Amino acid sequence: MSTIEDAVRSFLGQFVSDPDVEGDHDLFSSGMVNSLFAMQLVLFVEKQYGITVANEDLDYENFKSVNAIVGFIQSKQ
Amino acid sequence: MAGKQKEKDHKVKCLVWDLDNTLWRGTLLEDKEVMLIPEAVELIKTLDDRGILQSIASKNDHPLAEKKLRELGLFDYFLYPQINWDAKSQSIQKIATLINIGIDTLAFIDDQAFEREEVSFSHPQVLTIDAALVAQVAELAVMRPQFITEDSRRRREMYQSDLRRKEVEEGFSGPQDAFLETLGMVLTISQAKQDDLKRAEELTQRTNQLNTTAYTYDYDELAVFSTSSDYLLLVAGLDDKYGTYGKIGLVLVEKRGQTWLIKLLLMSCRVMSRGVGTVMINYLRNMARAAGVALEAEFVQNDRNRMMYMTYKFNHFREKEKRDNWILLENDLSRVQVYPPYMKLITDEM
Repeated sequence: MSTIEDAVRSFLGQFVSDPDVEGDHDLFSSGMVNSLFAMQLVLFVEKQYGITVANEDLDYENFKSVNAIVGFIQSKQ
Repeated sequence: MAGKQKEKDHKVKCLVWDLDNTLWRGTLLEDKEVMLIPEAVELIKTLDDRGILQSIASKNDHPLAEKKLRELGLFDYFLYPQINWDAKSQSIQKIATLINIGIDTLAFIDDQAFEREEVSFSHPQVLTIDAALVAQVAELAVMRPQFITEDSRRRREMYQSDLRRKEVEEGFSGPQDAFLETLGMVLTISQAKQDDLKRAEELTQRTNQLNTTAYTYDYDELAVFSTSSDYLLLVAGLDDKYGTYGKIGLVLVEKRGQTWLIKLLLMSCRVMSRGVGTVMINYLRNMARAAGVALEAEFVQNDRNRMMYMTYKFNHFREKEKRDNWILLENDLSRVQVYPPYMKLITDEM
């Protein structure tokens, strides 16, 4: 497990009872989390990794699963 | 009016009371009996009905004063009563912080000039009132809110249930979804009726942060929308096991043939982090799908409403057009999302 993935899963654990889902599992459509989580996630990514998430980056595809989030953070570093 | 009255146009959101010789005649710690001042009690009830909050800054023995206020049936009218031996300017500051309102929206009533001046000295923005004038306070313009609605009358009660909720939330350890599940939230979305229009107007004017466009509409415009077949005007109310949050959300949709356009989506800051926005958008997506129309939304970006932009983007809206701060978004209705398990949704038959 990469450290980014650890951090993302530990963040996820504050919101859902079972953060050990498949990396590609769609967190939103399955009703596990909602846009409230999404907003806090964006703030977490910005703060933790010093990334500015621009409007164009605020895309469902970038945040829908653990793998997508990790990939997005890596692409911005 | 005695005392300083700066920022006269600021409506008072909370009146802070002294007790001895202001609410009652006599000194609780010295006299055998204290006598309620009828005009004071009348004012408490009048302001409570108008949705003006009330608190206490009294130099007194807390257990004794609380017991007396309970006996008199008045204790529940006051939020965060400060009954202690601190300077009243400190108590006033504490009340503003705890209620989370600007200190310039507080007023303070006391029979002693010394106490009024002590407060004025530290907080010149606070309106101070001589207790001798208690019978005239209700007539002051600053004590007349622009809107008095069903929700105003329940404002104190809503703050009190919020207080219980916060205590539980702070003591809760575990993931957020588990906490939300314990609340037993029920969201009611219905077409705006005539009774709702005043509150709807108030919401468009008072809600800044969780507001997609900040378009404001007055009562008459909203009345037209609520009856026109070209528009859909929906209000949302939220309740949970601690009580009601009142009417906390508003949506205006313009029906343009094969496209429905969300002109305005807003909700009160009090329901931030409850997931209301997602459920409201999901409901609109389901309605649009059922009607066989496309769903679009306007967004007017400002320095405070980024959260609503995110709410749209994470609920399958994409930017379609952009001019300066104005953005048009379109929804991908093919993506189906389920409602979160922690919120029950009640809707009209539409």
